[in-house]
Amino acid sequence: MTGNISQAILEQDLASMPQLKGSVLEGRGLKSRIYTGITWLLAILAAFPLFSVLYMLIAKGGARINWETLTELPPSAFEVGGGIGPAIVGTGVMVGIGAAISIPIGILAAIYLAEIDPHTKLAHTARFLAKVLTGFPSILAGVFVYAALVVAMKSYSAWAGGIALAVLMLPTVILTAEEALKQVPQKMKDAAYGMGCTRAQVISKVTLPTGIPGVMTGVLLAVAGAAGESAPLLFTALFSTYFINGWEGLSEPTSSLSILIYNFSGMPYDNQIELAWTASLVLVLIILVFNILARVLGRQKF
Amino acid sequence: MASNPFAHVVTKVSGPPSAVDYGADKLLRGVVWGAAAVILLLVAYIVFELGRQAFPAMLEFGPEFIYSTTWDVQAKQFGILPEIWGTLYSSLLALLLGGILGVAIAIFLTQDFLDHRVSNVFRTIVEMLAAIPSVVYGLWGIYVLIPLIRPGANWLHDTLGWFPFFGTSLSGPGMAPAALVLAVMILPTVAAISVDAFKRVPYKVKEAAYGMGTTRWEAILKVMLPSASSGILAALVLGFGRALGETMALAMLIGNSNQISLSLFAPANTLASLLASSFPEAGPIEVQALMYAAIALLAITLLVNIFGLWIMKAATRKFEGR
Repeated sequence: MTGNISQAILEQDLASMPQLKGSVLEGRGLKSRIYTGITWLLAILAAFPLFSVLYMLIAKGGARINWETLTELPPSAFEVGGGIGPAIVGTGVMVGIGAAISIPIGILAAIYLAEIDPHTKLAHTARFLAKVLTGFPSILAGVFVYAALVVAMKSYSAWAGGIALAVLMLPTVILTAEEALKQVPQKMKDAAYGMGCTRAQVISKVTLPTGIPGVMTGVLLAVAGAAGESAPLLFTALFSTYFINGWEGLSEPTSSLSILIYNFSGMPYDNQIELAWTASLVLVLIILVFNILARVLGRQKF
Repeated sequence: MASNPFAHVVTKVSGPPSAVDYGADKLLRGVVWGAAAVILLLVAYIVFELGRQAFPAMLEFGPEFIYSTTWDVQAKQFGILPEIWGTLYSSLLALLLGGILGVAIAIFLTQDFLDHRVSNVFRTIVEMLAAIPSVVYGLWGIYVLIPLIRPGANWLHDTLGWFPFFGTSLSGPGMAPAALVLAVMILPTVAAISVDAFKRVPYKVKEAAYGMGTTRWEAILKVMLPSASSGILAALVLGFGRALGETMALAMLIGNSNQISLSLFAPANTLASLLASSFPEAGPIEVQALMYAAIALLAITLLVNIFGLWIMKAATRKFEGR
């Protein structure tokens, strides 16, 4: 008898207690699900352009990928065939010039920022300006090099193009190399100092060898970014339909993949437009290779 | 050597650093100091050189250059108001779209929606979006995006033509395709910086919200977003800065027309694409005017970027105390 009463009371209590189990259709839970659905939609929407671009590159650009296209001179207006050889070489040479200038300066500056004097006025200013320069419009690098170099040399040249790229690569190299060098454990450096090493020895024998994978990641990302740049080359390197001709040729207008795409995209000829797609595919492949290399190297962490 | 494998070590281990070691140390310090100073000199030289080249035009055209609307080489009349308008309008539109998408992606990636592997796939997609060059987006815009949106755009114009945003039809290049491509291009910047902002919020904060019985979205909207808000604002401002200076895709898609229009489907122009399209064939006087326009672009982007970096610094300080 008493058991039944307590059972009844218990059931009454349970009924008056708030329902703790959430229901799918309850307001708050439903709202949460709707938001999640919207987020999925937005994420897929954001991924759409990438797949569309990749599809077009493979479908339109892939058709013309062959040795002939990769090595021959670009066609003139009504010509059929032709290729993008000079543009590939030109992009390689100018990115090479940019890398040869920006990588040594960038890494040395990063050593200063990370190791030698991280908290001086110079270090703070340099770091700040490097960050500001990462948002520097690339076309202005072109305008700057035009004013400083092209006017003085009286000619568009691969040198000018390479220097414009160096201006854009420098901040990326500095900032990523600084981060990478800061990752080197303090203990390792302390151990070297404890053995009586000078700063130069610690940097050359401990910090740099240990931090180099991270530094390379930044360098490769900077190279990948520079390969895709076109605005700074527009009126520094201009364009050319011929291969670079030896050392002398570096002082003459030079062709590049990105400017070839820009020039050919607006032409009313199917042949040129096809080549623009092929050049885009080649350019994206080059950039992806550098990005993948950067990722593989960057995976090594302490 | 074979008898004593440590011979080479023993000779080196004792004694203070030699004069050569000290010399090398001094040299390295000097060289790296110089390398760090290079970036200061570079920025100073850029500002000086652009200023020097633009100076004659600044004297000749004065402040009127900023608010007049004609660009006529023959009559030597130059004004960049339409370009300033186009730059700000396209960047704001791009920020609206790219900002929403970027922050949504950042929430998606950081708020435990996805399995680790799936979230890595989306992260890679966003990184690849950033890796595709501007000209390729331009090419894609011309041959995919414009044909894709033209029917919809013209339908909007036909049915809602009285509405200023749909005031013209889309005949080819125009503001809408340019802003859409621009949105895709700034999305990775906004997403990456917002992801950092969300990661900076201590995990305890979210646990406290869940502990009070919030749903996942209540925790995101009422706790995580406000906590990360200053970092997200920095992401938006820096994304906006990116959009202002973006050149090639816009030069290919915006139509390079010197007019001020609210219509999303009208061709327009931006400062950067004005430089890209006019510079290669410009005569000496037009080059001076273009240098003036470059100074205007430099000033706008520097202000926006410095503002963005300042917010980011404040946002970092909030959680890390430095």
